[in-house]
Amino acid sequence: MLGVGAYRTRNRPALSEVLPLPIGEMSWALTDHRDQSVRPTDWAGHPVMVFFGFTWCPDVCPTTLSDISLWLEDLGADANRLIVALISVDPERDTPAVLADYVSSFDPRIIGLTGPADEVAKAAADFRVTYRRVDKDGGDYTMDHTAGVFLFHPDGRFASIIDFHEDRRFAVPKIRRTLS
Amino acid sequence: MNHFLLAAALTLSAPAAMACETVAIGDLTVEHAWSKATIGAGRPGVFYVEITNTGSTDDALVGIATPAAGMPMLHETVVQDGIASMPHAMSIPVPAGQSVQLSPGGYHGMLMGLTTALKEGDSFPVTLTFEKAGEVTVNVDVLSLRAEGPDCADAGQ
Ligand SMILES: [Cu+2]
Repeated sequence: MLGVGAYRTRNRPALSEVLPLPIGEMSWALTDHRDQSVRPTDWAGHPVMVFFGFTWCPDVCPTTLSDISLWLEDLGADANRLIVALISVDPERDTPAVLADYVSSFDPRIIGLTGPADEVAKAAADFRVTYRRVDKDGGDYTMDHTAGVFLFHPDGRFASIIDFHEDRRFAVPKIRRTLS
Repeated sequence: MNHFLLAAALTLSAPAAMACETVAIGDLTVEHAWSKATIGAGRPGVFYVEITNTGSTDDALVGIATPAAGMPMLHETVVQDGIASMPHAMSIPVPAGQSVQLSPGGYHGMLMGLTTALKEGDSFPVTLTFEKAGEVTVNVDVLSLRAEGPDCADAGQ
């Protein structure tokens, strides 16, 4: 599979091609870990926190989900309206049932999203996310993927990214700025 | 190693947290060895540990072996241009007088081909091979998938 981020070939992409689209302009249709269909319009009026990952990832993804769980605990009930979603970049292996098993280890407000490969690709393009399959010996494979956590205001405007190696103390204030 | 021996290895778990034990070999001390529970045996497990070199000679971790996985490897999580990947690490430097951590988001042991799913509360042995100090075996505590590290009184966080 080709890196989805390579879909633009110009040297200097405009800012609008680098920043995630507003949620309301996104066009993907995915399925959550409870088998419910989810579209961007379902998130209208809610602050949103999204990151991309996959359940076969033993390091970056559980670490991010652990961090997010701690941030949500810090925020308490203030974060109850926040939509928190892990979008799988490995829909071939991450079925809704697999995602349900996975997210059950973390804060119950985190949902898992998966779907047909082309819908996942659409979501990645909307969020300006890159992912790439890396084949290993013995038929196994792993995925390289954008590791940041994306934040959006309740009106759908992109707010900020929490980088993977960013000082975690800055995360909660960043999230808080999207909650009001 | 066959399933019987692995089962024996897994049931050796003691109630006290082994992750808080310190094992020494030559000038190296190895401690805080832990792993995360896995969903099934199909997904890879992970191995984290802290190594301190109190000597005056540089050393390096060059390999890991465990009855818990058919294909354990050293990896490094690298984030470049916002994209995370985990290339194979041929060796992990343990410079004289320094500590090196295999920890979430950085160096880690990648346990592919798990013999059985890793369950919270289990423990299993991992043998570390150092370029100069040789081999040492530590017991690894399996913590929850959510864990960020073992809870040791002396944990150098
Ligand atoms: Cu790895």
